[in-house]
Amino acid sequence: MSRRYDSRTTIFSPEGRLYQVEYALEAISHAGTAIGILSTDGIVLAAERKVTSKLLEQDTSAEKLYILNDNMICAVAGMTADANILINYARQAAQRYLLTYNEDIPCEQLVRRLCDLKQGYTQHGGLRPFGVSFIYAGYDPHRQFQLYQSNPSGNYGGWKATSVGANNASAQSLLKQDYKEECDLKEACGLAVKVLSKTMDSTKLSSEKIEFATVGKTKDGKVYHHLWGADEITTLLQEHGLAKQEEADTG
Amino acid sequence: MRGATILKASDDKTKQLNKHTLMAFSGEAGDTVQFAEYIQANIQLYSMRNDTDLGPSAVANFVRGELARSLRSRHPYTVNLLLGGLDPITKQPHLYWLDYLASLAPLPYAAHGYAQYYCLSILDKHHHPEINFEQGMKILRMCTDELQRRLPIDFKGMLVKVIDKDGIREIDYDSSKQVLSA
Repeated sequence: MSRRYDSRTTIFSPEGRLYQVEYALEAISHAGTAIGILSTDGIVLAAERKVTSKLLEQDTSAEKLYILNDNMICAVAGMTADANILINYARQAAQRYLLTYNEDIPCEQLVRRLCDLKQGYTQHGGLRPFGVSFIYAGYDPHRQFQLYQSNPSGNYGGWKATSVGANNASAQSLLKQDYKEECDLKEACGLAVKVLSKTMDSTKLSSEKIEFATVGKTKDGKVYHHLWGADEITTLLQEHGLAKQEEADTG
Repeated sequence: MRGATILKASDDKTKQLNKHTLMAFSGEAGDTVQFAEYIQANIQLYSMRNDTDLGPSAVANFVRGELARSLRSRHPYTVNLLLGGLDPITKQPHLYWLDYLASLAPLPYAAHGYAQYYCLSILDKHHHPEINFEQGMKILRMCTDELQRRLPIDFKGMLVKVIDKDGIREIDYDSSKQVLSA
């Protein structure tokens, strides 16, 4: 039934659906989980890194968390290759704004720029949509700390806590249960690892399997973003008793 | 001073860019209005698209960019500008001085054209960072008084606009009486 309509992105099916967009969403729901939590003094992003093989060189750099601008970072769920195109576009848009106005682009404007591009691929023919969902964390003077999520259809929304990727429904309900309105960044980090430990397949986490990043303010009021190193992640996991036991053959 | 040359007082050489940013311009007759309207349209477009107004610093840097682009074209605009505004977030007032060579300087007081030769010395002497609005108006009166005495033209008066937290408004400005320095 759907064969006539799912080969093109531009065509509605008789039920009024765009199959290619739905397939893109489906592709993302198999990708590693990423979550974002807003707190009073910052935002935390956490992502599950899928380890495909023992033989694969463990990339030390981030593969799911990216810096977009001085005031903004994002987490990716979906096809990394597609994400790279969009991230490059976002970085250019942010720098262009900085050149024009000599100030950082407001968070929602950058999100909207990306979503306008994503939307274009649901309408203009012959090309498939981008197979990526993003969670954005940023700060601007207009609306302070902000957390957004976007998907391949080009829709976006602001959230207090959200998740994308595999098991995002169960992650979302865990967040709904345990999110506290007035939590600080440290509590948010704790909630993030707790949710990740429950949604990931392995019960014990390690710094190879997850990535962590925070946006916050330094004591003198400067906005910072920070992609966590392996030792920082390990420390956090130990604090919450979620770290994998040290094995005899490691180190 | 009486003279054959008369300077029109009622000509409004300002454009309101958004709720709390005002731009004053001088220079080549046609260029000034054309450039000011172009800037005004772009700032208003930004407000409409983004549901928020640009702050004075962002506006000033945008205008500077446009002047710099124009300067490197075949027919550059010869427009000098003063840009005043209240930052809607920090509530701080800002003043920017721009010239047709696309220089941009944030200043506590500024002037363009002939007026600057008469006024800047007065402003240098009397302005200090802590003055309030009334004291600022008094210094302005001293400046226009000086212009009335020394400009070799029939000076008919000034159009004065105020930018504060309530927005932008024109105020009555009487320059007929002499003022003495504070």
